[in-house]
Amino acid sequence: MLSTHHLTAFYGDFQALFGIDLEISAGEVMAIIGANGAGKSTLLKAVTGLVPARREAVRFEGQPIGGRGAYEILALGIAMVPEGRRLFPSLSVEENLMLGGYCKRPGAWNLQRVYQLFPMLREKRLAPSTSLSGGQQQMASIARALMSNPKLLICDEMSLGLAPIVIKDIYDALPSIAAEGITLIIVEQDVGLAMRVSNRLYCLQEGRVSLSGKSQELTREQVSQAYFGI
Amino acid sequence: MAGWADTVIQGVLLGGLYALFAMGLSLIFGVMRLVNIAHGDLIVLAAYLALVVVDATGLGPISALAVCVPLMFLFGYALQRGLLNFTLGGDILPPLLVTFGLSIIIQNGLLELFSADPRALRLGGLETQSFRLGAGIVVGQFPLLVLGVAIALTVGIELLFAYTPLGRAFRATSDDPEAVRLMGVNDRHLYALAMGIALTIVSVAAVFYGVRTTFGPSDGPDRLLFAFESVIIGGLGSFWGTLAGGIVLGIAQAVGFRLDPGWGVLTGHLAFLAVLLFKPSGLFPRTR
Repeated sequence: MLSTHHLTAFYGDFQALFGIDLEISAGEVMAIIGANGAGKSTLLKAVTGLVPARREAVRFEGQPIGGRGAYEILALGIAMVPEGRRLFPSLSVEENLMLGGYCKRPGAWNLQRVYQLFPMLREKRLAPSTSLSGGQQQMASIARALMSNPKLLICDEMSLGLAPIVIKDIYDALPSIAAEGITLIIVEQDVGLAMRVSNRLYCLQEGRVSLSGKSQELTREQVSQAYFGI
Repeated sequence: MAGWADTVIQGVLLGGLYALFAMGLSLIFGVMRLVNIAHGDLIVLAAYLALVVVDATGLGPISALAVCVPLMFLFGYALQRGLLNFTLGGDILPPLLVTFGLSIIIQNGLLELFSADPRALRLGGLETQSFRLGAGIVVGQFPLLVLGVAIALTVGIELLFAYTPLGRAFRATSDDPEAVRLMGVNDRHLYALAMGIALTIVSVAAVFYGVRTTFGPSDGPDRLLFAFESVIIGGLGSFWGTLAGGIVLGIAQAVGFRLDPGWGVLTGHLAFLAVLLFKPSGLFPRTR
């Protein structure tokens, strides 16, 4: 479904990615782990069009999408739940969700459906998005991404700064999203969590893939070696 | 007493024109943090465009808007897409320098094409009609029309921002331009639309300005100044604030003119300085 081929990325002269090759098939839940600065966020930005990439370096459903505008990539069916939620403070909760559907692709997700998934959002729909708690903001950010009816949903650091019980609530929603036929890429700092929820796992280290494989078959030793590079 | 009431009323009416000058500036600063130094010159340019259309078609200045508004919208769209978009991103200096250059180009271009002679647009009667409210208060029909249009455009643009997908995208862009791109919004197109809408309002403001007073190629910077003062007095982020800012500036100038004919512009500046000193966020900053 999505693949990268020797994907490199730069910020000015600084090279953040050194040839990433990865592949995700439809229906999978893929986890990307790695320490701070390993290149996870840059990889996501290169896939979603926020950071320039070579045309052939990213392919989605058979066509090259590298270097296209972020809005074109969203229209093809790749949505992202950005790190830090990034809700729009000037907009109410419902307005945030509606903006998520700005470029509406055909599909099952609409306001009613996301309110079913996260009933709390319906109660808060007219509230300013800044009045939500961290966990509620994370749910709103997921719901907002779903509003575009993506084929592939990329979730960046969803557990960051949240209490364990809230993290559980959020991750409990993922199976019902996957059940709608949405392929998932989960980027996580919490390695144990990432291994539990995913079928397959990539570990990044200093802009390179240091380990990949089926989540169930990888051992803790392999993962911690790939994660810390020791 | 009636004299002072008359002064305030004339100030409010003048404020309608200043609000029209300011709305486009407020819009583009609000959406994309672009400080457009050429805004005043674009007002003058639009006034000359109206003059050319009036001369060429024989339409009245207000009917000529049917031609001028679409042209200015397209010009704004192209200007943003073809030039100003490349100046955006992080640093505030490039847009300032480029629009300053644009200001000089427009002034000299107009001087070359139309000479320095003052020009005016003629409405054919309406500008001299007035309502007499008794007690020595006279309200000109044309200034009343200008204020009415300013209020109508403020309502219109507030509705656009509050209730349309485009308006939501505009507000979201001023919060977080990068995250907006992840929502499937083509930011380059969005900025160009904002500039197109701003120059639509400029086009309307320019016709009223050209009917009210004469204009020449070098009159842009003063219009820019009044527009800036209105935006700052009103407070950023709200078009009602911009309307109120224009009216406050208009009243301040009218009071100054009444005290001494040479003081009008000065008292306007003093009101602006007072707001900057005592309430730098403006009188009606955005509260949401």
